[in-house]
Order: sequence, then C-alpha cells, then structure tokens
Amino acid sequence: MNALIIAAKEIHQAIRNRWVLASTLLLAGLALSLTFLGSAPTGTVGARALDVVIVSLSSLTIFLIPLIALLISHDAIVGDMERGTMLLLLSYPVARWQVLLGKFVGHLAVLAFATCLGYGIAAAALIATGGHIDADSLAAFAAMIGSSVLLGAVFVAIGYLVSALVRDRGTAAGVCIGLWLLLVLIYDMALLGVLAVDQGRSISAAAVDAMLLLNPTDVYRLFNLTGFANVSSFAGMAGLAQSTTLSAQGLLIALLVWTLVPLGLAAAAFSRREL
Amino acid sequence: MTQTVRISDVVKDYGRVKAVQTASFELAQGELVALIGHNGAGKTTLMKLMLGLIRPTSGSVEVLGDNPAAGEFAGRRQLGYLPENVSFDTALTGRETLAFYARLKREPVAGALTLLDAVGLGDASRRRVSTYSKGMRQRLGLAQALIGRPRVLLLDEPTTGLDPELRQTFYEIVQRLAADGTTVLLSSHALTELEERAGRVIIMNRGVKVADGSIEGLRNIACLPTKIRLKIAGLSPGELPSWLPASAPCRRLNGHFVEIDAEPDRKIELLHSVTASGTAVEDLDVIPPTLDELYAHFLRQAERTP
Repeated sequence: MNALIIAAKEIHQAIRNRWVLASTLLLAGLALSLTFLGSAPTGTVGARALDVVIVSLSSLTIFLIPLIALLISHDAIVGDMERGTMLLLLSYPVARWQVLLGKFVGHLAVLAFATCLGYGIAAAALIATGGHIDADSLAAFAAMIGSSVLLGAVFVAIGYLVSALVRDRGTAAGVCIGLWLLLVLIYDMALLGVLAVDQGRSISAAAVDAMLLLNPTDVYRLFNLTGFANVSSFAGMAGLAQSTTLSAQGLLIALLVWTLVPLGLAAAAFSRREL
Repeated sequence: MTQTVRISDVVKDYGRVKAVQTASFELAQGELVALIGHNGAGKTTLMKLMLGLIRPTSGSVEVLGDNPAAGEFAGRRQLGYLPENVSFDTALTGRETLAFYARLKREPVAGALTLLDAVGLGDASRRRVSTYSKGMRQRLGLAQALIGRPRVLLLDEPTTGLDPELRQTFYEIVQRLAADGTTVLLSSHALTELEERAGRVIIMNRGVKVADGSIEGLRNIACLPTKIRLKIAGLSPGELPSWLPASAPCRRLNGHFVEIDAEPDRKIELLHSVTASGTAVEDLDVIPPTLDELYAHFLRQAERTP
C-alpha cells in the first residue's frame, strides 16, 4: 500500500516534469523514423517489413532504454537525500524497502508507458500504411516491446544500486555513465576482440553463453535477434542462434535475475545507510 | 503523567565524532520542551534517534512504547516531525504534497488539507512548491507535521523563516496541542521566544546534557543575579546612590539608570533598602535572568568541568 502511494507520486511527478512526454516523444520519433527511413535500403519487396523494424528497433533500444532508465534512477536515493526530502519521507510510517519498491514501480511504469506507446505507434503506422504483417511478426514485435521494458527494469535497478551506494549525486551520474558505456559498448567490443583472437580454439560455446549472460544488454540482444527464426535471418545472428543453447525462457529469466539482484542489493545498501 | 519519550544512556558516534554522549531524559504527555544548544550540540541527532532514522551506538530509545529503529511503524503514525531546512518535491503543489503525506499516515486527506488554511497557505495551495518562498515552505513543513493530531511533535528550528505574525500563530497552535496532551519538543536559537512558552528546557553542549528543568528551576540552580534597574532623580552622572550597600555590584546605564546585580537571596533586602530611600527613586524594574543568560551560564559551567 505504502509502495503504491509512493509509486503514484513518482508517476505524478514524472508527468509534471515532462519526463513521460519527453521519453515517449523520443522513442516514438526514433521508432517512426527507423520504420520508414530504415526500410528504404530493403525496399518494399521484402514481405516482412515488421521483422526489419524489430532488428533495427532492438538495436536502438540497447543504446537508448538503458540510458533513459539510468537517467531516471541514478538520482532516486542519493538525490532525495541531498535535497532533504528523504529525511522527511522516512520519518513517516514507511519502511525503506517500501520507498525503493514504490519508486521502482513508478519509474518502471513511466518507462513502460513510453516504450509501449512509442514503439506501438511505429507498428500501428506500418499497418496503417498497408504493410503486410503476419501473426508471427506481431508476436515477435510484442516480445520485443516486453523485453525492452524488462531491459529498462534491469537498468532502473542498477541505477538504484549505484544511487544507494555513492555519497553524492555527481558521483552517481558519473558511475552510471561509466556503467552504460561498459555494458552497452565496451563489453561487446572486448568480447568480440577476445573471440577474434581466440579463433574458437580454447573458448567453448558454453563459455560464450556465460559471457553473454553476464551482460544484460547481450541477453536482450540474444532474446530479440535469435528468438524468432524470421528475425534472426535478417539480423545476421542466425549463426549465433544455432550455436547457443540458451532458450527464450532462459534469457527472460536471466533478465529477471538481472533486475532482482541489483534491486535486492540496493534495498540492502539503502537500509544500512545512515541519514 | 504518562511518559511518551524515554531516552536512556544514549550514545551516538559518527565515526570519531561523538554526536551524543550518554544523554538520558524522559518527556511526558502534554509537555512543551525546548531543546537548546549550539550547532552540533546534538539536538538534531537526538530527534533523528527518536524518529528511528539512526540507531544509537549504545543505550535505548523508546517513543510511544516502541523502539523507533526496530522497524515498527505503529508509533510513527502518531508522530510529527519538522526537519531543519525542510524541503519538498518542487514539481507538486502544496495540496498534492500534503495529500501525499496524509495518505502515508492513513489520515483522511480532506482533514489534512484544512491544515493549509491553519498555517496561512490557503491561497497558495494550488501553486507548485517550486514557487514558494522560504517562509511558505516552512509553513508547509509545519502543516505536514501536524497531520493527524500527533501525540509527539518534534520540531527542529521551527520558527526560522517565519514572520512575527505567523510565529505567534505557530506558538498558539503548538500550545493548544500541548494542552491537549501532545508532547512537543522544539529546538531553537530564538531563546527569548521560548522563554515564555516552554515549560521545560534541556540544554545540550557537545553531545552532553548540561541542564534540564523548568526555567524557574534552572534559575534557582544557576543562582544568577537578578537585575534591579532604578531611575533616580537628582543624581549627577557617574554618581551612585549613597544608601546602596557597598557589597552590591552596581553600575550606571546610559546616564539615567542605576543597575544593581542582586543575588537571589539578597534581592528582597536590596528592594527594601530601595523603597526605604525615599522619593528619589522614580521608577523601578526587576529583571530576572533571561534564558539567554541561563544558557550562557550553563555552557560556561560545562566548559569548566569537562
């Protein structure tokens, strides 16, 4: 109950601050431009226009959703402490985990709204302009939206963990940017480099799977680009899809674990903190 | 009288800084207690301990029968707190902010909103908190502390930023609550304001409680001289009346007045000699030691006996 009251307040604030509007517009704008400009090279001959959109949109999501999620969440605990609002809030009959859970639900609701609406608009526009879309593609698109929200949840939780651990807001922002760079860009480049050097001599497929599971953005990529046969052939991930032993359910569970573990650690760190 | 707050042998260290060193006291229902001391004397730390926001290094804290740091929130529903430098989420309006806090306390929102009128924010309640002045935020802070008629009210520097008129209203509200049985603990630097209102004073110095009692009681302990101020006709500047006992320290004030420092046990004797001196005395004021002087006295005493 307390968590819901706090979640409602976070959503209210996000609407007031135009966070909801800004993130929805950003995602919708990019999704629309990818839908129509991005399909130019493939032409209109390809029957599966939505599958192409899934490939390009999920690649965009990997950059954008973690960034938006970290922007919302890095400030949640340390920022409220610095502003002094946390002191007053915690003098009320609420537990700290309720505060954290309430913020999480609120922030995730904002992110889910922006993602569903922004990406939904792109799909609707494609249908409206007469693109041929079958049930398989729609299912893949829905799964892409759902997993994008889940990826957002992962990074909201990571942002809270940073926010609960550091001393001031500036540090939180710096650490979050660093984590974003690491997980979104550097990790993959390093992994690619290692694999290229190794030439498949000593690193087994299982080891590659494990390394992919250690980065939530790779889990997301794997889920969307290999989960559906049609999509993976477009994504050029068919090779990886054949070699991996990770099922779609397994990947979703991995994303859930990536959400719950940082969230639990953030709650633990927050409850030990002195005001 | 029922005890609402019990602090026993509480020590609180922040690393090497000793914020509170073995403080013990109890607060009863309906008491209006002033907590005074320098910045860093441990006032805010004591309030945070009572709220359960921090845990004591040793000793125990009990508020309304609960240990506030144990995670039991039944007590907090009957507790009001106004932090020093209160701040709010600036995107919401005053009404929305108060409604949010009322919901957290499970109090009817409509009832809580009437508090906005009580603190004089009725007109501004639909504006965003970001447009509020310091004084208006302080009023909103006061309103949220009063939600649900708390049984214990902890106010950290409540009157900073309030204009004199609102200060008056503030003390009226607080005194009415205390009369109805609320324990009010307030810390302040404005000692003259507290003098007439606080039934009891606790003086803290560097985390140690150096004095605790009614102002009258503290005056008796401190034995500070009462000032007797006389206006005497026909006295040349610098001259002191000849009938004054030589042992009584006295001085001339801005040409017109003679001021005598009277020890508590000599006060009546000195007044007798003043009235016996005839008609030369035109006016007379008796000024008991103020809270400011008592405060300074107890701090000096604490510094001498480390």
